[in-house]
Amino acid sequence: MFGSFDFDVIARTWQVLVFQGLAFTLQITVLAMIGGILLGTLLAMMRLSSFAPLAWAAGAYVNLLRSIPLVLVIFWFFFLVPYIGAWIIGSPTPIKVGAFASALITFILFEACYYCEIMRAGIQSIPKGQVNAGYALGMNYWQVMGYIVLPQAFRNMTPVLLTQTIILFQDVSLVYIISLPDFVTLASKIAQRDGRLIEMYVFVAVVYFVLCLGLSYLVKRLQQRIAIVR
Amino acid sequence: MNYNWNWGIFWDMSPDASGTYLQTLLAGLQWTLATALTAWVLALLLGAIVGTLRTVPVRWVARLAGAYVELFRNIPLLVQMFLWFFVVPELLPAAAGTWVKTLPNASFWTAVVSLAFFTSARVAEQVRAGIQALPRGQSQAATALGLTLPQTYRYVLLPMAFRIILPPLTSEFLNVIKNSAVALTIGLMELTARTRAMQEFSFQVFEAFTAATVIYLAINAVVVLAMRGVERWVAVPGYIGGRTR
Repeated sequence: MFGSFDFDVIARTWQVLVFQGLAFTLQITVLAMIGGILLGTLLAMMRLSSFAPLAWAAGAYVNLLRSIPLVLVIFWFFFLVPYIGAWIIGSPTPIKVGAFASALITFILFEACYYCEIMRAGIQSIPKGQVNAGYALGMNYWQVMGYIVLPQAFRNMTPVLLTQTIILFQDVSLVYIISLPDFVTLASKIAQRDGRLIEMYVFVAVVYFVLCLGLSYLVKRLQQRIAIVR
Repeated sequence: MNYNWNWGIFWDMSPDASGTYLQTLLAGLQWTLATALTAWVLALLLGAIVGTLRTVPVRWVARLAGAYVELFRNIPLLVQMFLWFFVVPELLPAAAGTWVKTLPNASFWTAVVSLAFFTSARVAEQVRAGIQALPRGQSQAATALGLTLPQTYRYVLLPMAFRIILPPLTSEFLNVIKNSAVALTIGLMELTARTRAMQEFSFQVFEAFTAATVIYLAINAVVVLAMRGVERWVAVPGYIGGRTR
Protein backbone atom coordinates (compact mmCIF):
# COMPACT_ATOMS: atom_id res chain seq x y z
CA MET A 1 0.00 0.00 0.00
CA PHE A 2 2.67 2.49 1.02
CA GLY A 3 5.34 0.47 -0.75
CA SER A 4 5.72 3.01 -3.52
CA PHE A 5 5.42 6.02 -1.22
CA ASP A 6 8.11 8.42 -2.41
CA PHE A 7 9.52 10.40 0.49
CA ASP A 8 12.08 11.88 -1.86
CA VAL A 9 9.56 14.18 -3.55
CA ILE A 10 8.68 15.63 -0.14
CA ALA A 11 12.35 16.00 0.77
CA ARG A 12 12.94 17.85 -2.48
CA THR A 13 9.99 20.22 -2.26
CA TRP A 14 9.11 20.78 1.39
CA GLN A 15 11.15 23.96 1.61
CA VAL A 16 9.23 25.60 -1.23
CA LEU A 17 5.96 24.36 0.18
CA VAL A 18 6.61 25.56 3.71
CA PHE A 19 8.54 28.78 3.16
CA GLN A 20 6.42 29.98 0.25
CA GLY A 21 3.07 28.20 0.42
CA LEU A 22 2.56 27.84 4.15
CA ALA A 23 4.10 31.27 4.74
CA PHE A 24 1.54 32.76 2.33
CA THR A 25 -1.30 30.94 4.11
CA LEU A 26 -0.08 32.08 7.53
CA GLN A 27 0.39 35.65 6.32
CA ILE A 28 -3.22 35.83 5.10
CA THR A 29 -4.43 34.10 8.27
CA VAL A 30 -2.72 36.54 10.63
CA LEU A 31 -3.59 39.69 8.68
CA ALA A 32 -7.19 38.56 8.16
CA MET A 33 -7.44 37.74 11.86
CA ILE A 34 -6.31 41.23 12.87
CA GLY A 35 -8.49 42.97 10.27
CA GLY A 36 -11.39 40.62 10.91
CA ILE A 37 -11.37 41.14 14.67
CA LEU A 38 -11.19 44.94 14.29
CA LEU A 39 -13.99 45.05 11.72
CA GLY A 40 -15.92 42.38 13.57
CA THR A 41 -15.81 44.36 16.81
CA LEU A 42 -17.09 47.43 14.99
CA LEU A 43 -19.86 45.36 13.42
CA ALA A 44 -20.76 43.93 16.83
CA MET A 45 -20.99 47.45 18.28
CA MET A 46 -23.18 48.43 15.33
CA ARG A 47 -25.42 45.39 15.80
CA LEU A 48 -25.93 46.34 19.44
CA SER A 49 -26.43 50.00 18.64
CA SER A 50 -29.66 51.62 19.78
CA PHE A 51 -29.80 53.42 16.43
CA ALA A 52 -32.00 50.98 14.52
CA PRO A 53 -30.79 51.51 10.90
CA LEU A 54 -27.19 50.91 11.98
CA ALA A 55 -28.10 47.73 13.85
CA TRP A 56 -30.20 46.56 10.94
CA ALA A 57 -27.51 47.21 8.34
CA ALA A 58 -24.84 45.40 10.33
CA GLY A 59 -27.23 42.51 10.99
CA ALA A 60 -28.15 42.22 7.32
CA TYR A 61 -24.49 42.21 6.27
CA VAL A 62 -23.48 39.60 8.82
CA ASN A 63 -26.42 37.31 8.12
CA LEU A 64 -26.00 37.61 4.36
CA LEU A 65 -22.35 36.65 4.37
CA ARG A 66 -22.90 33.88 6.87
CA SER A 67 -25.56 32.23 4.76
CA ILE A 68 -23.62 31.80 1.52
CA PRO A 69 -20.67 29.45 0.95
CA LEU A 70 -17.18 30.85 1.40
CA VAL A 71 -16.37 29.59 -2.10
CA LEU A 72 -19.05 31.87 -3.51
CA VAL A 73 -17.89 34.77 -1.35
CA ILE A 74 -14.35 34.35 -2.68
CA PHE A 75 -15.67 34.48 -6.25
CA TRP A 76 -17.86 37.48 -5.44
CA PHE A 77 -15.04 39.58 -4.07
CA PHE A 78 -12.57 38.37 -6.67
CA PHE A 79 -14.76 40.09 -9.29
CA LEU A 80 -16.33 42.79 -7.16
CA VAL A 81 -13.26 44.31 -5.51
CA PRO A 82 -11.86 45.80 -8.77
CA TYR A 83 -15.22 47.52 -9.34
CA ILE A 84 -15.47 48.80 -5.77
CA GLY A 85 -11.91 50.08 -6.03
CA ALA A 86 -12.75 51.88 -9.26
CA TRP A 87 -15.83 53.37 -7.62
CA ILE A 88 -13.85 54.60 -4.63
CA ILE A 89 -11.13 56.34 -6.64
CA GLY A 90 -13.58 57.38 -9.36
CA SER A 91 -11.89 55.46 -12.15
CA PRO A 92 -14.04 54.62 -15.20
CA THR A 93 -12.60 51.12 -15.61
CA PRO A 94 -12.21 48.39 -12.98
CA ILE A 95 -8.85 48.74 -11.27
CA LYS A 96 -6.32 45.94 -11.03
CA VAL A 97 -6.16 44.40 -7.58
CA GLY A 98 -3.38 41.98 -6.80
CA ALA A 99 -4.30 38.41 -5.94
CA PHE A 100 -2.93 38.79 -2.41
CA ALA A 101 -4.89 41.97 -1.71
CA SER A 102 -8.03 40.45 -3.17
CA ALA A 103 -7.79 37.36 -0.99
CA LEU A 104 -6.94 39.41 2.08
CA ILE A 105 -9.92 41.75 1.60
CA THR A 106 -12.19 38.75 1.07
CA PHE A 107 -11.11 37.01 4.25
CA ILE A 108 -11.24 40.18 6.35
CA LEU A 109 -14.77 40.97 5.17
CA PHE A 110 -15.92 37.35 5.49
CA GLU A 111 -14.37 36.41 8.81
CA ALA A 112 -15.44 39.75 10.31
CA CYS A 113 -18.99 38.34 10.29
CA TYR A 114 -17.97 35.39 12.44
CA TYR A 115 -15.77 37.49 14.73
CA CYS A 116 -18.71 39.92 14.99
CA GLU A 117 -21.00 37.24 16.41
CA ILE A 118 -18.31 36.19 18.90
CA MET A 119 -17.69 39.78 20.02
CA ARG A 120 -21.42 40.40 20.26
CA ALA A 121 -21.70 37.50 22.68
CA GLY A 122 -18.68 38.87 24.53
CA ILE A 123 -20.12 42.35 24.83
CA GLN A 124 -23.50 41.00 25.92
CA SER A 125 -21.84 38.90 28.62
CA ILE A 126 -20.80 42.08 30.46
CA PRO A 127 -23.39 42.98 33.11
CA LYS A 128 -25.50 45.97 32.15
CA GLY A 129 -24.76 47.58 35.51
CA GLN A 130 -21.15 48.13 34.48
CA VAL A 131 -22.24 50.13 31.44
CA ASN A 132 -24.65 52.14 33.54
CA ALA A 133 -21.96 52.75 36.14
CA GLY A 134 -19.68 54.03 33.39
CA TYR A 135 -22.30 56.46 32.16
CA ALA A 136 -23.02 57.53 35.73
CA LEU A 137 -19.35 58.43 36.08
CA GLY A 138 -19.78 60.77 33.11
CA MET A 139 -18.06 58.64 30.49
CA ASN A 140 -19.26 58.77 26.90
CA TYR A 141 -20.05 55.76 24.68
CA TRP A 142 -16.50 55.33 23.39
CA GLN A 143 -15.00 55.59 26.86
CA VAL A 144 -17.46 53.05 28.27
CA MET A 145 -16.67 50.69 25.41
CA GLY A 146 -12.93 51.30 25.36
CA TYR A 147 -12.23 51.23 29.09
CA ILE A 148 -14.92 48.97 30.52
CA VAL A 149 -16.74 46.69 28.09
CA LEU A 150 -14.33 45.76 25.30
CA PRO A 151 -11.31 44.86 27.47
CA GLN A 152 -13.42 42.36 29.41
CA ALA A 153 -15.21 41.12 26.31
CA PHE A 154 -11.87 40.45 24.60
CA ARG A 155 -10.54 38.64 27.61
CA ASN A 156 -13.61 36.44 27.94
CA MET A 157 -13.72 35.71 24.25
CA THR A 158 -10.01 35.21 23.47
CA PRO A 159 -10.26 31.39 23.33
CA VAL A 160 -13.28 31.53 21.02
CA LEU A 161 -11.65 34.17 18.83
CA LEU A 162 -8.56 31.98 18.53
CA THR A 163 -10.63 28.89 17.75
CA GLN A 164 -12.28 30.86 14.97
CA THR A 165 -8.79 31.79 13.76
CA ILE A 166 -7.92 28.09 13.48
CA ILE A 167 -11.02 27.70 11.30
CA LEU A 168 -9.85 30.72 9.29
CA PHE A 169 -6.46 29.06 8.88
CA GLN A 170 -8.20 26.03 7.38
CA ASP A 171 -10.50 28.19 5.27
CA VAL A 172 -7.59 29.98 3.62
CA SER A 173 -6.93 26.73 1.72
CA LEU A 174 -9.96 27.63 -0.39
CA VAL A 175 -7.99 30.33 -2.25
CA TYR A 176 -7.06 27.27 -4.31
CA ILE A 177 -10.14 28.07 -6.43
CA ILE A 178 -8.65 31.38 -7.57
CA SER A 179 -5.20 29.72 -7.82
CA LEU A 180 -3.35 31.89 -5.33
CA PRO A 181 0.00 30.38 -4.35
CA ASP A 182 -1.01 29.10 -0.92
CA PHE A 183 0.07 25.81 0.67
CA VAL A 184 -2.54 23.61 -1.02
CA THR A 185 -2.25 25.24 -4.44
CA LEU A 186 1.54 24.90 -4.51
CA ALA A 187 1.31 21.30 -3.34
CA SER A 188 -1.24 20.44 -6.01
CA LYS A 189 0.93 22.09 -8.68
CA ILE A 190 3.95 20.05 -7.64
CA ALA A 191 1.75 16.97 -7.33
CA GLN A 192 0.62 17.33 -10.92
CA ARG A 193 4.06 18.28 -12.24
CA ASP A 194 5.78 15.28 -10.67
CA GLY A 195 2.82 12.91 -10.82
CA ARG A 196 3.05 12.46 -7.05
CA LEU A 197 -0.50 13.15 -5.86
CA ILE A 198 -0.50 10.74 -2.93
CA GLU A 199 2.71 12.00 -1.36
CA MET A 200 1.85 15.68 -1.75
CA TYR A 201 -1.70 15.54 -0.43
CA VAL A 202 -0.78 13.27 2.46
CA PHE A 203 2.03 15.69 3.35
CA VAL A 204 -0.35 18.67 3.22
CA ALA A 205 -2.91 16.84 5.35
CA VAL A 206 -0.30 15.86 7.94
CA VAL A 207 1.06 19.41 8.19
CA TYR A 208 -2.42 20.90 8.60
CA PHE A 209 -3.36 18.22 11.12
CA VAL A 210 -0.29 18.76 13.28
CA LEU A 211 -0.57 22.56 13.17
CA CYS A 212 -4.30 22.70 13.91
CA LEU A 213 -4.11 20.08 16.64
CA GLY A 214 -1.19 21.90 18.25
CA LEU A 215 -2.91 25.26 18.04
CA SER A 216 -6.18 23.99 19.48
CA TYR A 217 -4.22 22.37 22.32
CA LEU A 218 -2.59 25.74 23.04
CA VAL A 219 -5.98 27.44 22.96
CA LYS A 220 -7.29 24.91 25.48
CA ARG A 221 -4.32 25.61 27.77
CA LEU A 222 -4.87 29.35 27.43
CA GLN A 223 -8.55 28.93 28.20
CA GLN A 224 -7.72 27.22 31.48
CA ARG A 225 -5.17 29.88 32.38
CA ILE A 226 -7.23 32.97 31.71
CA ALA A 227 -10.54 31.66 32.97
CA ILE A 228 -11.83 34.07 35.59
CA VAL A 229 -12.98 32.31 38.70
CA ARG A 230 -16.48 33.51 39.37
CA MET B 1 -19.40 51.92 -12.67
CA ASN B 2 -19.31 50.70 -16.23
CA TYR B 3 -20.98 47.37 -16.10
CA ASN B 4 -23.50 46.07 -18.60
CA TRP B 5 -26.38 44.77 -16.56
CA ASN B 6 -28.42 42.17 -18.39
CA TRP B 7 -30.90 40.40 -16.18
CA GLY B 8 -32.46 38.72 -19.21
CA ILE B 9 -29.37 36.53 -19.44
CA PHE B 10 -31.05 33.79 -17.41
CA TRP B 11 -33.42 33.08 -20.30
CA ASP B 12 -30.60 32.80 -22.86
CA MET B 13 -29.49 29.38 -23.96
CA SER B 14 -26.37 28.18 -22.20
CA PRO B 15 -23.59 26.80 -24.44
CA ASP B 16 -23.56 23.40 -22.76
CA ALA B 17 -26.85 22.76 -24.59
CA SER B 18 -28.77 21.75 -21.50
CA GLY B 19 -31.30 24.58 -21.73
CA THR B 20 -31.35 28.14 -20.50
CA TYR B 21 -28.87 29.46 -17.94
CA LEU B 22 -31.66 29.39 -15.36
CA GLN B 23 -32.24 25.70 -16.00
CA THR B 24 -28.49 25.07 -15.70
CA LEU B 25 -28.43 26.77 -12.32
CA LEU B 26 -31.46 24.85 -11.11
CA ALA B 27 -29.85 21.59 -12.22
CA GLY B 28 -26.84 22.67 -10.15
CA LEU B 29 -29.16 23.29 -7.21
CA GLN B 30 -30.34 19.68 -7.47
CA TRP B 31 -26.76 18.44 -7.19
CA THR B 32 -26.13 20.75 -4.24
CA LEU B 33 -29.21 19.46 -2.45
CA ALA B 34 -28.54 15.81 -3.31
CA THR B 35 -24.94 16.06 -2.08
CA ALA B 36 -25.79 17.99 1.07
CA LEU B 37 -28.77 15.86 2.08
CA THR B 38 -27.05 12.51 1.53
CA ALA B 39 -23.98 13.72 3.39
CA TRP B 40 -26.13 15.11 6.20
CA VAL B 41 -27.96 11.83 6.79
CA LEU B 42 -24.66 9.94 6.92
CA ALA B 43 -23.08 12.62 9.11
CA LEU B 44 -25.97 12.48 11.59
CA LEU B 45 -25.70 8.69 11.86
CA LEU B 46 -21.91 8.64 12.19
CA GLY B 47 -21.86 11.71 14.43
CA ALA B 48 -24.48 10.29 16.78
CA ILE B 49 -22.52 7.05 17.12
CA VAL B 50 -19.12 8.68 17.60
CA GLY B 51 -20.49 11.38 19.91
CA THR B 52 -22.16 8.75 22.07
CA LEU B 53 -18.99 6.66 22.18
CA ARG B 54 -17.06 9.70 23.40
CA THR B 55 -19.13 9.72 26.57
CA VAL B 56 -19.22 6.00 27.41
CA PRO B 57 -17.43 4.95 30.60
CA VAL B 58 -15.01 2.70 28.69
CA ARG B 59 -11.74 4.62 28.54
CA TRP B 60 -10.23 3.33 25.29
CA VAL B 61 -13.49 3.60 23.34
CA ALA B 62 -13.90 7.24 24.39
CA ARG B 63 -10.27 7.90 23.43
CA LEU B 64 -10.71 6.30 20.01
CA ALA B 65 -13.84 8.35 19.33
CA GLY B 66 -11.93 11.46 20.42
CA ALA B 67 -9.15 10.66 17.96
CA TYR B 68 -11.75 10.27 15.18
CA VAL B 69 -13.12 13.73 15.92
CA GLU B 70 -9.66 15.34 16.01
CA LEU B 71 -8.67 13.65 12.75
CA PHE B 72 -11.61 15.00 10.77
CA ARG B 73 -11.73 18.40 12.46
CA ASN B 74 -8.12 19.39 11.98
CA ILE B 75 -7.71 18.92 8.25
CA PRO B 76 -9.32 21.48 5.90
CA LEU B 77 -12.31 20.15 3.99
CA LEU B 78 -10.63 20.90 0.67
CA VAL B 79 -7.64 18.73 1.58
CA GLN B 80 -9.95 15.96 2.82
CA MET B 81 -11.76 16.01 -0.51
CA PHE B 82 -8.45 15.71 -2.37
CA LEU B 83 -7.48 12.82 -0.13
CA TRP B 84 -10.72 10.95 -0.81
CA PHE B 85 -10.61 11.78 -4.51
CA PHE B 86 -6.94 11.33 -5.43
CA VAL B 87 -5.34 9.32 -2.65
CA VAL B 88 -7.80 6.79 -1.24
CA PRO B 89 -8.54 5.01 -4.58
CA GLU B 90 -4.79 4.46 -5.01
CA LEU B 91 -4.42 2.94 -1.55
CA LEU B 92 -7.21 0.41 -2.11
CA PRO B 93 -6.44 -2.96 -3.69
CA ALA B 94 -6.05 -2.47 -7.46
CA ALA B 95 -9.45 -3.89 -8.44
CA ALA B 96 -11.37 -1.89 -5.83
CA GLY B 97 -9.42 1.26 -6.76
CA THR B 98 -10.33 0.91 -10.42
CA TRP B 99 -13.95 0.27 -9.51
CA VAL B 100 -14.05 3.45 -7.39
CA LYS B 101 -12.39 5.54 -10.08
CA THR B 102 -14.76 4.37 -12.81
CA LEU B 103 -17.93 4.85 -10.76
CA PRO B 104 -20.47 7.00 -12.53
CA ASN B 105 -20.67 10.35 -10.73
CA ALA B 106 -17.41 9.65 -8.90
CA SER B 107 -17.10 13.28 -7.83
CA PHE B 108 -20.60 13.19 -6.33
CA TRP B 109 -19.88 10.12 -4.19
CA THR B 110 -16.49 11.47 -3.18
CA ALA B 111 -18.06 14.76 -2.16
CA VAL B 112 -20.73 12.93 -0.15
CA VAL B 113 -18.18 10.76 1.65
CA SER B 114 -15.80 13.60 2.50
CA LEU B 115 -18.60 15.94 3.59
CA ALA B 116 -20.15 13.17 5.68
CA PHE B 117 -16.94 12.40 7.57
CA PHE B 118 -16.01 16.08 7.94
CA THR B 119 -19.46 16.98 9.29
CA SER B 120 -19.81 13.85 11.43
CA ALA B 121 -16.89 15.03 13.58
CA ARG B 122 -18.71 18.30 14.24
CA VAL B 123 -22.01 16.53 14.91
CA ALA B 124 -20.19 14.19 17.29
CA GLU B 125 -18.95 17.18 19.30
CA GLN B 126 -22.50 18.53 19.53
CA VAL B 127 -23.88 15.15 20.59
CA ARG B 128 -21.19 14.83 23.26
CA ALA B 129 -21.95 18.35 24.52
CA GLY B 130 -25.66 17.51 24.57
CA ILE B 131 -25.14 14.33 26.59
CA GLN B 132 -22.77 16.06 29.00
CA ALA B 133 -25.23 18.92 29.47
CA LEU B 134 -27.66 16.48 31.09
CA PRO B 135 -27.64 16.29 34.89
CA ARG B 136 -25.49 13.41 36.16
CA GLY B 137 -28.48 12.17 38.10
CA GLN B 138 -30.24 11.07 34.92
CA SER B 139 -27.79 8.31 34.07
CA GLN B 140 -27.54 7.37 37.75
CA ALA B 141 -31.31 7.11 37.99
CA ALA B 142 -31.32 4.93 34.88
CA THR B 143 -28.71 2.64 36.43
CA ALA B 144 -30.69 2.53 39.66
CA LEU B 145 -33.76 1.46 37.69
CA GLY B 146 -31.75 -1.47 36.34
CA LEU B 147 -31.31 -0.23 32.78
CA THR B 148 -28.25 -1.48 30.94
CA LEU B 149 -25.81 1.03 29.45
CA PRO B 150 -27.30 0.82 25.92
CA GLN B 151 -30.79 1.18 27.40
CA THR B 152 -29.68 4.21 29.41
CA TYR B 153 -28.49 5.88 26.25
CA ARG B 154 -31.46 4.80 24.14
CA TYR B 155 -34.27 5.68 26.54
CA VAL B 156 -32.86 8.34 28.87
CA LEU B 157 -29.84 10.26 27.61
CA LEU B 158 -30.05 10.48 23.82
CA PRO B 159 -33.69 11.57 23.48
CA MET B 160 -33.03 14.60 25.68
CA ALA B 161 -29.54 15.27 24.32
CA PHE B 162 -30.83 15.49 20.75
CA ARG B 163 -33.52 17.95 21.77
CA ILE B 164 -30.94 20.15 23.49
CA ILE B 165 -28.62 20.23 20.50
CA LEU B 166 -31.25 20.89 17.83
CA PRO B 167 -30.27 24.58 17.39
CA PRO B 168 -26.54 23.87 16.86
CA LEU B 169 -27.49 20.95 14.62
CA THR B 170 -29.45 23.40 12.50
CA SER B 171 -26.30 25.44 11.92
CA GLU B 172 -24.39 22.26 11.09
CA PHE B 173 -27.06 21.41 8.54
CA LEU B 174 -26.66 24.87 7.00
CA ASN B 175 -22.90 24.33 7.03
CA VAL B 176 -23.22 21.07 5.08
CA ILE B 177 -25.16 22.85 2.38
CA LYS B 178 -22.61 25.66 2.22
CA ASN B 179 -19.64 23.30 2.38
CA SER B 180 -20.97 21.27 -0.53
CA ALA B 181 -19.74 24.14 -2.72
CA VAL B 182 -16.17 23.02 -2.01
CA ALA B 183 -16.94 19.97 -4.15
CA LEU B 184 -16.49 22.12 -7.25
CA THR B 185 -12.75 21.59 -6.77
CA ILE B 186 -13.18 17.88 -7.57
CA GLY B 187 -15.41 18.61 -10.53
CA LEU B 188 -18.91 18.30 -9.11
CA MET B 189 -21.19 20.58 -11.14
CA GLU B 190 -23.20 21.87 -8.20
CA LEU B 191 -24.74 25.32 -7.85
CA THR B 192 -21.58 27.38 -7.30
CA ALA B 193 -19.67 25.53 -10.03
CA ARG B 194 -22.47 26.18 -12.53
CA THR B 195 -22.63 29.82 -11.47
CA ARG B 196 -18.94 30.10 -12.16
CA ALA B 197 -19.38 28.38 -15.54
CA MET B 198 -22.24 30.72 -16.40
CA GLN B 199 -20.04 33.69 -15.53
CA GLU B 200 -17.29 32.38 -17.77
CA PHE B 201 -19.57 31.75 -20.73
CA SER B 202 -21.74 34.85 -20.52
CA PHE B 203 -19.44 37.40 -18.80
CA GLN B 204 -22.46 38.47 -16.72
CA VAL B 205 -20.51 38.09 -13.48
CA PHE B 206 -22.79 39.82 -11.03
CA GLU B 207 -26.09 38.50 -12.37
CA ALA B 208 -24.81 34.95 -12.04
CA PHE B 209 -23.46 35.43 -8.52
CA THR B 210 -26.58 37.30 -7.43
CA ALA B 211 -28.73 34.41 -8.59
CA ALA B 212 -26.63 31.90 -6.67
CA THR B 213 -26.70 34.11 -3.56
CA VAL B 214 -30.48 34.40 -3.71
CA ILE B 215 -30.84 30.64 -4.11
CA TYR B 216 -28.57 29.93 -1.13
CA LEU B 217 -30.50 32.47 0.97
CA ALA B 218 -33.75 30.76 0.01
CA ILE B 219 -32.40 27.32 1.00
CA ASN B 220 -31.25 28.79 4.31
CA ALA B 221 -34.65 30.28 5.01
CA VAL B 222 -36.39 26.98 4.26
CA VAL B 223 -34.00 25.00 6.49
CA VAL B 224 -34.28 27.46 9.39
CA LEU B 225 -38.09 27.47 9.22
CA ALA B 226 -38.27 23.69 8.93
CA MET B 227 -35.92 23.17 11.87
CA ARG B 228 -37.94 25.60 13.98
CA GLY B 229 -40.94 23.46 13.20
CA VAL B 230 -39.04 20.34 14.26
CA GLU B 231 -37.96 22.04 17.49
CA ARG B 232 -41.55 22.87 18.35
CA TRP B 233 -42.73 19.41 17.35
CA VAL B 234 -40.30 17.48 19.57
CA ALA B 235 -40.29 19.93 22.48
CA VAL B 236 -40.92 18.39 25.89
CA PRO B 237 -43.25 20.74 27.80
CA GLY B 238 -41.70 22.20 30.91
CA TYR B 239 -38.22 20.93 30.10
CA ILE B 240 -35.09 22.47 28.53
CA GLY B 241 -36.07 23.87 25.17
CA GLY B 242 -39.70 23.19 26.00
CA ARG B 243 -40.42 26.65 24.73
CA THR B 244 -38.52 27.84 21.72
CA ARG B 245 -37.55 31.49 21.63
